[in-house]
Amino acid sequence: MPDATLRIFRGEGAIGGQAVDYSVPIAPGMVVLDALHYIQGHQAPDLAVRWNCKAAKCGSCSAEVNGRPRLTCKTRVDSLPMDQPIVVMPMKSFPRIKDLVTDVSWNYTVNKKIPAFRPYQNTDWKISQLDVDRVQEFRKCIECFLCQDVCHVLREHGAKAKFGGPRFFVRVAGLELHPLDSLNRAGLLKDDLGIGLCNITKCCTEVCPEDIHITDNAIIPLKERVVDQFYDPLTMLFRKITGK
Amino acid sequence: MTTTYETREHDVLIIGAGGAGLRAAIEALAKGCSVGVVCKSLLGKAHTVMAEGGIAAAMCNVDTADGWQPHFRDTMRGGKYLNNWRMAQLHAQEAPDRVSELEQWGALFDRTGKGAILQRAFGGHTYKRLCHVGDRTGLEMIRTLQDRGVQLGFDVYMECTITRLLTDGGRVAGAFGYWRENGRLIVFKAKSVVIATGGIGKAWPVTSNSWEYTGDGMTLAYEAGAELMDMEFVQFHPTGMVWPPGVQGLLVTEAVRGEGGILRNKLGERFMEKYDPKRMELSTRDVVARSIYTEVKEGRGTEHGGAYLDISHKPAEYVKKKLPSMYHQFKELADVDITKGPMEVGPTCHYVMGGIRVEAETAQSTLPGLFAAGEAAAGLHGANRLGGNSLSDLLVFGRRAGMAAADHAKRVSGSNIGSVQIEEAEKELLAPFSNTAAESPYAVHRDLQKVMQSLVGIFRTEEDLKRAFAELEELKDRAAKASVEGSRLFNPGWHLARDLKSMLTVSEAVALSALARTESRGAHSRIDYPNYDPVWEKKHNIIVREGGEMKRRESPVEEMPEDLKQFVMAE
Repeated sequence: MPDATLRIFRGEGAIGGQAVDYSVPIAPGMVVLDALHYIQGHQAPDLAVRWNCKAAKCGSCSAEVNGRPRLTCKTRVDSLPMDQPIVVMPMKSFPRIKDLVTDVSWNYTVNKKIPAFRPYQNTDWKISQLDVDRVQEFRKCIECFLCQDVCHVLREHGAKAKFGGPRFFVRVAGLELHPLDSLNRAGLLKDDLGIGLCNITKCCTEVCPEDIHITDNAIIPLKERVVDQFYDPLTMLFRKITGK
Repeated sequence: MTTTYETREHDVLIIGAGGAGLRAAIEALAKGCSVGVVCKSLLGKAHTVMAEGGIAAAMCNVDTADGWQPHFRDTMRGGKYLNNWRMAQLHAQEAPDRVSELEQWGALFDRTGKGAILQRAFGGHTYKRLCHVGDRTGLEMIRTLQDRGVQLGFDVYMECTITRLLTDGGRVAGAFGYWRENGRLIVFKAKSVVIATGGIGKAWPVTSNSWEYTGDGMTLAYEAGAELMDMEFVQFHPTGMVWPPGVQGLLVTEAVRGEGGILRNKLGERFMEKYDPKRMELSTRDVVARSIYTEVKEGRGTEHGGAYLDISHKPAEYVKKKLPSMYHQFKELADVDITKGPMEVGPTCHYVMGGIRVEAETAQSTLPGLFAAGEAAAGLHGANRLGGNSLSDLLVFGRRAGMAAADHAKRVSGSNIGSVQIEEAEKELLAPFSNTAAESPYAVHRDLQKVMQSLVGIFRTEEDLKRAFAELEELKDRAAKASVEGSRLFNPGWHLARDLKSMLTVSEAVALSALARTESRGAHSRIDYPNYDPVWEKKHNIIVREGGEMKRRESPVEEMPEDLKQFVMAE
């Protein structure tokens, strides 16, 4: 089999750095992460890459391959055009640390704002499979942060201070639709997570490696909740009249 | 030398943020302790996330005849009676409560028709016992624990590696490590330390384990003076992927067999009929792994040297619903549609039953103030672990370790950490930058994996094990000389140079114990000693450091009380 050329971003810190070409012998079924490991093991031992499971279960190895946010463990080399280098860049929405590794700590800060599951009192913990199925879609999220990377509110507008991003709408959907959860997170969605900033372009859904219908099943229903609670005309009128 | 380093102080320091570490943290937090959790990866990426099949707990939602006693009996039988019986008892008794707790913290399991938690069959379990979420139970568990810990307020030190435990007059007093991101040094002061660092699979090339599984915790404990136990028992999971090469070793969940998957050789024979006609595909992992290995060795393997595992006789929708990640894994990585045809599978290094020797009730090691839980600890699983007993182990003994670590922290006063230990640790950690030999840590790692695969694998002999020792000695020399390129900023070559030391230590412990145990039991198979030896049924191998050398001792297996013994042994 021929060799593949990988053009990988190399650089330390937030600024500077350049793309460096590496030649890698292709093996059957090889994924981009295999190629990165080969480069580490034979050519550039200090090439910084995050990874863990190599099976699309942990969401560690996110990067941008030929311009598209992807898990490198799930991206087959033979699915990419071989007449040009495979370009591997770090996720753009997060500050660079080194090479393909970015600082994703902001996500963990957002997560802390979300009130945890709180069950109704005196529940008997009987739940139907139908209710479980509905919520499990959101609980499949492996926190690869590719949706955060592609979301233009974060990527182009850098609105990290006022916007939670698709990952955390999925998380809130998982809690809000839990059949036994007693809390209401609409205020959080509106104010702290800025769900109104999302204009449902569905970029997040397109890159999700778990095929979660982020926009249709999580964000839109949550937006509806916020609208019902805060922008319903009748309620608004009632509030205006009563001053409540 | 003494560079500046950051210092943090906690009542309880937990090393490892998988199921056991997080469960320990939650318990210690609930007891009012200040808790620090250190992990080599980002939070939520620990190995638990990869667990697929389920959590074994006798909830009796599907099979009402189940109870803690049958679960206890299955665990002891599966472990070939080398288990710490008290741990096995506590585990079986407490697992159902630990699962319910997860549910109360927001985990959502698959349900029965009556709305209770659904349970599936698994190898070696007499009843349907595994609480599950499709085939991504571990993700559900780690996310639930992670969120619970965040809610209770632990401090997490992500991408931080501990390289040495610090002691004060025979008890643990803290830990030394570095931030992977920038290479800066950090010292933790702690009254109790819990090790929950998982296993050692990365010493083998064909493994289901991630890069984190390098035996760090066992090495830290061993170097600090604690005892290791049962290190010869390394579980080869029967079903890892064998093709294509990049995914070799990747886990194929036992749930495939739990849901009715059938194993065949290239002649189409359902070969488990020969090896365990009673339990067939749902025999214990040691038996199934050896059976597949034997079929391949005797020329009846598949094209890529494995066996066929087939679930395609089940309705496609059912397969996709119950085994969604297997469906995608094979479709995307191997071009195989498992609803239409068989998978190719073969044994993969998956788990170590041995580890840090602990007390059953408290999970305390032989070093005061040092606790261990989960895969890093020994005892519960004996000579072979049953599928599903690992996730329940994490919950039951994670909680117990957290509880005992918190109690211990309340009892003891602060300690003094001498600067000599810290200076030594720093010197050792930074050595690869000043080494001048052209030895790559990656090359040493590849060679270590070759040695362990070929000489300390599924089947072992005295000759192979002795050769392994000689090879390991040479590898130790090479590892000590390994040099790294680049800076201290997120440098995987340097990280590996450091992790190699742990891998070499645990590899030596496995080989030393395996050589001594002149019998075959559970996951330990000696070609030169193919049978059980009743003398070895009564003995554990203990590994301890004395005068800088690795020494092996033997210790008697604790006898079960008579009533339990009769129950376990009864047909």
